[in-house]
Amino acid sequence: MKTKAIFGGLILALAGLGLIFLGCGGAKQAEPYVVGGIFSISGPASYLGEPERNSLEMVVEAVNAKGGINGHPLKLVIYDDEGDVTKARLHATKLAQDKKCLAVIGPSLTHTSMTTLEITQKAKLPLISCAAGSAITSPAKDRVWVFKTAQTDKMAVERIYQYLQKHNLKQVAILTVSTGFGVAGKEQLLTQAPQYGIQVLAQEVFGEKDTDMTPQLTKLRGTPAQVVICWGTGPAPALVAKNMKQLGITIPLVQSHGVASKKFIELAGDAGDGIILPAGKLVIWQQLPDTDPQKAVCKEYAEKYHAKFKAPESSFGGYAYDAIRMLNQALTKAGNNRDKIRSELEGLKNFVGISGVFNMSPEDHNGLSPAAFVMVKIEKGGFQLID
Amino acid sequence: MENFAPFLQYLISGLTNGAIYALIALGFGIIYNATTIINFAQGEMVMLGAMCAISIYHLAPSLPLAFAGAVVLVTCVGLVFERLALRPVKDPTPIALIIITVGGAVMIKGVAMLLWGQEAYILPPFSGNVPIHLGPATILPQNLWVLGITAIAVVALEAFFRLTLVGKAMRACAYNTRAARLVGIAAGRMVQLSFGLSAALGAGAGILIAPLTLGVYDMGTMLGLKGFSAAIIGGLGSLAGGVLGGLVLGVAEALATGFISSGYRDAVAFLLLLLVLFLRPQGLVGGRK
Amino acid sequence: MTRLRFLNRWVLFAVVAGAIAAFMDQDYYYTLLNFIGIHTLLVVGLNLLLGYAGQISLGHAAFFGLGAYTSGILTATGGVDPWLALLAGLAVSGAAAFLIGIPALKLRGYYLAMATLGFGIIVYIILNEADSLTGGPSGLSGIPSLSLAGFAFNTPRRLYLLIWILLGLILYISANLVNSRTGRAIRALHDGEAAAESLGVDTFRLKLKIFVWSALYASLAGSLFAHSLNFIAPSSFGFMFSIKLVTMVVLGGMASIWGSLLGAGALTVLPELLTVFHDFEMVIFGAILMVVMIFLPRGLVRGIMDLYENRRYKRQGGRISV
Repeated sequence: MKTKAIFGGLILALAGLGLIFLGCGGAKQAEPYVVGGIFSISGPASYLGEPERNSLEMVVEAVNAKGGINGHPLKLVIYDDEGDVTKARLHATKLAQDKKCLAVIGPSLTHTSMTTLEITQKAKLPLISCAAGSAITSPAKDRVWVFKTAQTDKMAVERIYQYLQKHNLKQVAILTVSTGFGVAGKEQLLTQAPQYGIQVLAQEVFGEKDTDMTPQLTKLRGTPAQVVICWGTGPAPALVAKNMKQLGITIPLVQSHGVASKKFIELAGDAGDGIILPAGKLVIWQQLPDTDPQKAVCKEYAEKYHAKFKAPESSFGGYAYDAIRMLNQALTKAGNNRDKIRSELEGLKNFVGISGVFNMSPEDHNGLSPAAFVMVKIEKGGFQLID
Repeated sequence: MENFAPFLQYLISGLTNGAIYALIALGFGIIYNATTIINFAQGEMVMLGAMCAISIYHLAPSLPLAFAGAVVLVTCVGLVFERLALRPVKDPTPIALIIITVGGAVMIKGVAMLLWGQEAYILPPFSGNVPIHLGPATILPQNLWVLGITAIAVVALEAFFRLTLVGKAMRACAYNTRAARLVGIAAGRMVQLSFGLSAALGAGAGILIAPLTLGVYDMGTMLGLKGFSAAIIGGLGSLAGGVLGGLVLGVAEALATGFISSGYRDAVAFLLLLLVLFLRPQGLVGGRK
Repeated sequence: MTRLRFLNRWVLFAVVAGAIAAFMDQDYYYTLLNFIGIHTLLVVGLNLLLGYAGQISLGHAAFFGLGAYTSGILTATGGVDPWLALLAGLAVSGAAAFLIGIPALKLRGYYLAMATLGFGIIVYIILNEADSLTGGPSGLSGIPSLSLAGFAFNTPRRLYLLIWILLGLILYISANLVNSRTGRAIRALHDGEAAAESLGVDTFRLKLKIFVWSALYASLAGSLFAHSLNFIAPSSFGFMFSIKLVTMVVLGGMASIWGSLLGAGALTVLPELLTVFHDFEMVIFGAILMVVMIFLPRGLVRGIMDLYENRRYKRQGGRISV
């Protein structure tokens, strides 16, 4: 009799313990949502990768501080591809074989994105690229699992040509850098010109590391062009501006969105004054009217980024910022189902981001319009909104 | 006549770049003459010259100070490089030396990237930025500085090698190291001197070109390779050849950009190098092979 | 005895490679092994040239690129069968090596270094600029995978089988080559051309042969690279990659077939393991080139073994260093 009582007591105690454990299990945080990131954090394109990684970490920290997404904390797994195709490939494979990974943000460059998407497409893993090349998401029906947040060159060129048309400038000479960015820009400049009644009188190229563009510009000077359009990133476009001044070429210089940074203004010095370029709204967010929906988003991003990293915010970081915020929205609705996350991303409408207002669709996995760009002019060491 | 204006402009651009290549080629030549070593890290000395000058100028905005300070610093780097990387080599075959100096170049570039980051920096021009009109073409005061200082450096070097005792001793080492030792020349010192001198020349080239091209950690590699190409085109070991090679290379590049295709500018430079190597390996001036 | 030891290495290689294929199921490790295999192919080829024959090439990435792009362009744009494209790549790279080798291999030392370097840069520029053909700097996509009788090598694991079987074969051929009559002639070339010539070796023909041979290895590696990534961009074939290959040869050991596997393996895996590699990559590569070349000219493993032997010898009372 007594033994039975003891036995019963033991069972009760065990059951109680079990309940306590169960209770603990319930109170314990839910399984984290894993998000992968591949960026060019070091190497020649670190100016892209570093702010991208920072922006991602900043958002994830804020989300987790508020208790995560539906109780699930976000977990970031970030890799550095150094701008190298083979490294990007390795990291993509690593992320794709992780069953818990729900989506990947990045890579920073077009060629690293192209090699990454081969893997993520096969693994049916949503990818939100931060690179510019339009080939990444088009044709969208083949790139089912791929999205991107950076504006494409197509829009930048449309914006420039609209501006030129408005000011009745019809004859242009173009000077593009021999990188993926420059080649894509050249292609768009050439194919869109006829639609705007614009004539490309001369086209020259320069190397990313070239330091003297006077021969190319001398050649352009020999044509009756009314505008020079330069397409490049890094220090070389600043040298183009300087060389134009040296040669006494006074026709307007239009640059691409690739130089929309304070650093460019600093490098170009006096030669920078008067340069016109399309830029994301982030660089002139203070000058936006309060009615512009992007103003608040840009303000928040710029101020938070500045406070956290003590460094100026950049449009590049904005690509990753938009991507992770988009993904958060999708995760909130879709949970940990890759397929549903993809559908949510594809159905995204009127999403106000740093790079523009996104309206995704099965035909368009970028979702931006030329309105994502504003035209700005460099004046007195700063960008001025002109159109 | 119609083609004359652009031609003149190409010539100005080509001669300026060519003068820089010439200075670098001279650096290669000096070391080669004293040691028969080709120092592939020479281009990085150019980069270090530019970057050090920029940093010094940031601390104390005086160009002469920046120039002198950078040259002294880089000369020290050159001497240390010789001491640490080349003197301990037990079996100095060309292959070993190529690999070691290429390794040195990559390492110096890597350290520079850690020190200065990947950003480009500005060095102000020595005397203003107002272009001078030269008939239908324009030239910047800085281009004149480049051409002028290169000319002075070439004359000074020539005088040094022909007129001074040390210079003659260095030449003696070049002709025959053992014989030079026998007559009491400290050959080791001469080797050191050649490394210091060529590092100084490289640094000078870097500082001269920085106001035109901006300074960035990876500017040295291409300049070094072009400088070495210039030395080969002119004739390895001949100072006059190095200068001629530099100018020919610079002008060929500018003309190729102007008249052929700007995308293949560097390809033209290296094609010229291959042609010289294959057809006339002793170089245009035809020094000893 | 030596015969047995020799055999054992190959058995070991096959057993380890086979065991990996049987027991591992992580795509990531297969992808990593595949890159190691491709790099080893390149390094063995370069080692034949640099380590055994003593002829430097600072533009070896060019042959890798020619192989990759011939395969890529023919299959992605031309719709040619991948195996045929691979053969075409071999033909193109071999022909290029032959044509450039005839004038270049008459040169020595620095001149040869500069000629190969110049050639490498020119090829890189062409890959970058001829965008109507190569897709330009943003790369060439849509390259199909290789397949054999309906079995497509389109997953990392399947590629691993293909690459490592080919690699084993190439290593075997190379080991036999260097131990053959030709191999001895090649080594004689390394020690002194005049001496080799006096022994009746046609040094120029031999150099050309080995140059073309190593270009073929590089081309094969390039085709495999293109068909396993399904996408290529010129940035993989630049000057810096040529330098990395030389670093792998130097680290693994000049004139060492197995050292090539070690050098390629170490410098492919280490950057994955150590994050310090990211910012310090150039410093580390530079340091390896210098330190190994200055202090351990026979490569890391043999160098350390030599040092050890030296110490043991001294401990046992020997006075003269070995």
